[in-house]
Parts: sequence; C-alpha cells; structure tokens
Amino acid sequence: MVDVKLHGAWASPFSCRVVWALKLKGIPYENIEEDLPNKSKLILQYNPIHKKIPVLVHGRKPICESTIIIEYIDETWPQNPLLPSDPYQRALARFWVKFAEDKGFAVWTLFRSSGEEQEKAKNESLESLRTIEEHGLGNKKFFGGEEIGIVDIAFGWMSLWLGIIEEIVGVKLLEAHLFPRLYAWTKNFKEVPVIKQNLPDCHELLLLFKGVREQALGSSSSSSS
Amino acid sequence: MADEVILLDFWPSMFGMRVRVALAEKGIKYEYREEDLRNKSQLLLKMNPVHKKIPVLIHNGKPICESLIIVQYIDEVWNDRAPILPSDPYQRAQARFWADFVDKKVHDAGRKIWTTKGEEKEAAKKEFIDVLKVLEEQLGDKPYFGGDHFGFVDISLITYYSWFSAYEIFGEFSIEAHCPKLIAWAKRCLQKKSVSETLPDGKKIHGFINDMRKKLGVE
Repeated sequence: MVDVKLHGAWASPFSCRVVWALKLKGIPYENIEEDLPNKSKLILQYNPIHKKIPVLVHGRKPICESTIIIEYIDETWPQNPLLPSDPYQRALARFWVKFAEDKGFAVWTLFRSSGEEQEKAKNESLESLRTIEEHGLGNKKFFGGEEIGIVDIAFGWMSLWLGIIEEIVGVKLLEAHLFPRLYAWTKNFKEVPVIKQNLPDCHELLLLFKGVREQALGSSSSSSS
Repeated sequence: MADEVILLDFWPSMFGMRVRVALAEKGIKYEYREEDLRNKSQLLLKMNPVHKKIPVLIHNGKPICESLIIVQYIDEVWNDRAPILPSDPYQRAQARFWADFVDKKVHDAGRKIWTTKGEEKEAAKKEFIDVLKVLEEQLGDKPYFGGDHFGFVDISLITYYSWFSAYEIFGEFSIEAHCPKLIAWAKRCLQKKSVSETLPDGKKIHGFINDMRKKLGVE
C-alpha cells in the first residue's frame, strides 16, 4: 500500500512544487487528480480551512499549503535536502519562499484583469522581479546554490506559467535583457532532469489558461474563488 | 565569543513582540533598538533592503527578517532550552499552518476595524470574530495551541492581545463575549513572564491607534 498520497491538479504550480519535492527525494506516492471546480469530499475534509490543493496525506495525516508540505517532506525524508542545514541559510531560504508566496499573486492579478488594474499589477510584478534578481538570486546558478532547493521550487512557476501568462496577456515581463540572471535561471531550472520530466504540457496549459482568462474578464466582479 | 544580538523594532508592533517573546522565552540577552518608522535608520534600510520593515534580528552582524522566520531561527540556534516548535515533523507542519493562518487572517481583519466606518467596519468585525472562532475551535480544550506547552502558534497570536482592547473600543464589541475560551487562553499566556513583560498595556496601544487614526483621517 502506498503510504503517501498527493491530492493535486496537473495545471497547478503549487501542486507541481510538491511533485518536484517528492521526485527529487525519490519518494513513491499516489497522485490523485482533483477536478478543481468539483473538489472531492476528501479535500473538504482534509483542508476544511482553505479547501485547496495540494494536500499531502502521509499515512492518514493530511498536510496543507505547498511550502509547509515541502518543509514536512524535507524533515521526514532527509535525503537530498531541500533546505540548507545552517540556521541562518535556512532563515534566508524561508525569507525568499515567503517573498515568492506574498509577491507572486501580482502576476495572477495581471492575468485576470485589464486596464488600470492590470497596469498596476504589471508594475508590481516588474518590481518584484527586480528584487528577486538583485537580492535573491545574485550571481548564483540556482537560489539553492549549485543545486536546486526549496526557493527554486517556490519560484518554479516563473519557469513555465509566467511565460504562458505573458503569451496570453501579450505582456512581456521576464525579458532576458532586463533580467539576465533570472532569465538564465529559468532555463537552468527547466533542464534539471526531475523538473524537465515533471512539467505540465505547455500546449495544454496554454489552452486551459486562455479559457480561465476569458472567464475572468467576462465576469463582472473582480473576486475569484 | 559572546553572541551579539540586536533587535530593530517598533514598540506597538505585534510582529516585533513575537520576537521579543521568543527571545525572553529562551532567556537571550539582546540590545533593543526602537525605530522611528517615519524616519528609518540606515541600519534598518541596510539590514532589510527588500521590505525595509521591522522586526529585524541582527545576530553577530547577520540580519534575519520576517517575524515568524526570526522565531524559527531563534528556536533552531538556541535549541538547548524552551523549545518553541514541536519536534515531530507532522506537529511542526500543523504549527506552521496555524501560524500562517494567523498571519493571513488576523492582522487585516483587525486593522479594518479601526481604519473603517459604518458597513465596512461591521463587516470587518464579523470577519475578525469568525477568524477568532476558528482559532478558538483549533485550540479546543488544550491549555495552549502547542498542547501542554506554550509554542509557535501561541507566540504568533498572543501578541495581538495587546491590541484587543483597542479593537473592542473602536469596534464596540466584546471579544470575550464571542470567544471566552480564547480570552482564557490569553490570560493563561499572560501568566508567563516572557509574555507579561513583553506585551504593552492595552491602553498604550489604544492611545497609539488614536494618534494613527487622526493621521489617517479616520473619524
């Protein structure tokens, strides 16, 4: 019996974070695809507070929130560590993971909006990219140094989902001449074998996201589930 | 070599208080430096160039930012006493989840109570009470969120207690009436020196918020 189950969604970057963490550590697991508009009763039971995926269930214990799941995975299966062992480096890693969480939503706002709201989201996103490039990545190949770690995983959405959003919305954010180091990082990240083999299909994602944007612009209110 | 520990902080900040409580729990000697947030020090801008915010812990010259990250750092470095996070990975994940919940939900709902009026304020009150009720349910019959011991989630939430009386005055409601178990928990936490000697008096916070409201033009 497989002891580890992941309730996720193929198109979700949050879900993929957990897939990458499990695969990097070679942890066997059962993938349970959730249909997001029709979440299973299990999700509502395992995550009554946020009602969201991903949820990792280890034995019978559910763990929610992708970055919390990754720390759990790292502490439970210590091989191929995703966080540094030094407390100061760990604090820095957690700082950038939090930055990815707090600032990432501007790009999603850009994706779901138009006009002034979109312009504001675009400026916020560019500001965040500048900060990440200068203060976060610096001259390192990966955020984790020579190997990818939790921060790379947290920013993993920039390697694929960002490009999809840029294409659909017709706005370029992560341009090579403006953010050379971050741009190089997206290439290097996607070349890591575990990542390369576990990215959603580009075309499928594009189709899905096109539909999401049409719906978002079509609805009169700006709130989303 | 003795450790040099400096805390850049702002006395009413519930985020800064979290770090002060954690340092007190561990009995760590440190230098407290009050920041004027309208005139931030060069040190603060240098130590937290990304957010330019307090609290910042500077340990032997190296800065650590974001209150809950600082608390975890303190727990990992001074790991020989008064543990703040549980040792079991699943319990740690639960603690992180609930501290994250406090971060995402309590601050904004509370802030809207003293920065808005009329319908918006009433909606904020309802949201705030709903959030506290969820936390009260999570607490259950345990003495602390950490179980038998005061821990990470307790630290993340107790520092809001000094702001409670101000929320109650501006919101015209009683938190205890809605969440008696939570208030009982808060009073239990206040019996700990690390908490009672850190949290400012509610009246001082009320005075501070009064001044802020004038500055923001909320009346």
